[in-house]
Amino acid sequence: MTDTTTGTGEISIRAEAGIAAVAGSGRRRGGLRAPAERNPAAYWFLAPALVLIFIFFFLPVMAALGLSFTDFDIYAVGDPANTRWVGLRNYTQLLGTPLFWQALRNTFYFALVGGPLSIGVSLGAALLLNQKMVRFKGLFRTVYFAPFVTTLVAVAIVWRYMFHTRYGLLNYGLGAFGMGPVDWLGDPRWAMPAIILMTVWKSFGYNMLIFIAGLQAIPEELYEAARIDGASAWQRFRHVTLPGLAPTLVFVTVITMIGFFQLFVEPYVMTMGGPLRSTTSVVLLMYEEGFRWWRIGHAAAVAFVLFIVILIATLVQLALQKRWSDA
Amino acid sequence: MSPRAARFAIYAQLILGAVLMIIPMLWMVSASLMPAGQASTYPPRLLPRQVTFEHYVALFTRLELGRSLVNSALIAFTVTALSIVINSMAGYAFAKLRFRGREPLFRVLAAAMVIPVQVSMLPLFLLMKQLGLINSYWGVIVPGMASIFGIFLIRQYAQSIPDDLLDAARMDGAGELRIYTHIVLPTIVPILATMAIWTFLSTWNDFMWPLIVLSDDAKWTLPVALANLSGEHVQDTELMMAGSVLTILPVMLVFLFLQRYYIQGVMAGSVKG
Repeated sequence: MTDTTTGTGEISIRAEAGIAAVAGSGRRRGGLRAPAERNPAAYWFLAPALVLIFIFFFLPVMAALGLSFTDFDIYAVGDPANTRWVGLRNYTQLLGTPLFWQALRNTFYFALVGGPLSIGVSLGAALLLNQKMVRFKGLFRTVYFAPFVTTLVAVAIVWRYMFHTRYGLLNYGLGAFGMGPVDWLGDPRWAMPAIILMTVWKSFGYNMLIFIAGLQAIPEELYEAARIDGASAWQRFRHVTLPGLAPTLVFVTVITMIGFFQLFVEPYVMTMGGPLRSTTSVVLLMYEEGFRWWRIGHAAAVAFVLFIVILIATLVQLALQKRWSDA
Repeated sequence: MSPRAARFAIYAQLILGAVLMIIPMLWMVSASLMPAGQASTYPPRLLPRQVTFEHYVALFTRLELGRSLVNSALIAFTVTALSIVINSMAGYAFAKLRFRGREPLFRVLAAAMVIPVQVSMLPLFLLMKQLGLINSYWGVIVPGMASIFGIFLIRQYAQSIPDDLLDAARMDGAGELRIYTHIVLPTIVPILATMAIWTFLSTWNDFMWPLIVLSDDAKWTLPVALANLSGEHVQDTELMMAGSVLTILPVMLVFLFLQRYYIQGVMAGSVKG
């Protein structure tokens, strides 16, 4: 479980590498040189990793699908013989549960508002840091990136106090601009924006690094040529930077969305899903259903809905990427 | 805009951004050194009037967070060490050894990375229960020992090992294990360092799975212990800041000293194709 992040502030690295590998698999194959004969030792080298991944990842994922069609609950945890097959009942029940729809809405809100905001900030920071005349690039880069490596639980606790209505630094800062205090985590309208704000702060540095790498891959001659043609700064950005960055941009969008859909730690630590369930995410709902109430069949159905949502979002974005690069 | 004004504007934004990034961290450290109650005043205090370490002392004596610190370190080190061996073997095999089904197998693994890990957690919990690993360190360690991303990272890097080098060793009669330990491992040390830091930091920071597996507070990792503490001590701002410092400081130090390797991992992960 180590390479994944169960909170959103951090981004699912596994997914990211997966997309990169799938996207690249078609192109690379011809380049490998084939040694003359097969090597039976290969299986011994692979066995430990593959056995572990199969038993502790693939098998549970398949089992989760099976569980989602059963009424596996606290009694079945005691004795699995109590499990009954219920077909699609868990799913139909979910669709009739307002809390499920609310969790889905909250998660989409977080992903569709927070994701683009995070990407925008990352791109802005990367563009600033990529200016040739900027000195101390390494220092700025480190400062912007550092929150990404911190522990999400600890950071969420710190921000819970930053958001404090009376004593928090954030309201104090707003007060300096003459704006009234906001009850960040106590007001259902503000709780999700507060979580988004913290998440952007914590995680944008990661995409920023990827954008910097992408920017550096754009040939300097293109900018020179544009300058000679009299292109303005905006025109250079629009016609040189953006097209050059397009693959990076789609890639970053996909991994960010996947990460944001897995929102869990922030609401768990900062709001417990409240107020009025305004920050209950799909994963938090799954956790509560599964590990607090032990309605595991039900929770498995929630998990699979999350999987399907992420899968569709990924496929849509990869299709868009294809269209974009073919155009 | 004149170049001078442009330069000023860029630096102003960069510095403002850096200040906004640092404030929460500085306030965390500062508040952790304030006497109880001093962080909850209006206007907010930025610096302690007098410095005290009482909250850190309380963490280690009364609240026994030292135990969680040891648990976190133990788990993170074990996962890191084991995953380096296991993933490097598989990554090397995918990169350089010839076997049936290599490409399809790798594509299946790669595609599986889109599956959110939370989907596996419910059955994994039941499996761990069957294996008697609930509430044990191994319950946290075992699922982290092999990672598709780790295999992917090492495969990328190991592909640059020249085949001639490996073939020459085979001609000289070296066995596969010897080739792996004497040629492959030394060659891929840089990516192993990158992977080690990634694994260590993400294991240390992980929350949801340790929360699920570890029920006994003597076994809790720091993030789990801290989350639990913050539920009980919502009013004790200064104490919670000390706990946050204790949780973040080790990873910050690892990152600051080894950031070159860590950032390589970000870049390597984002290489397309």
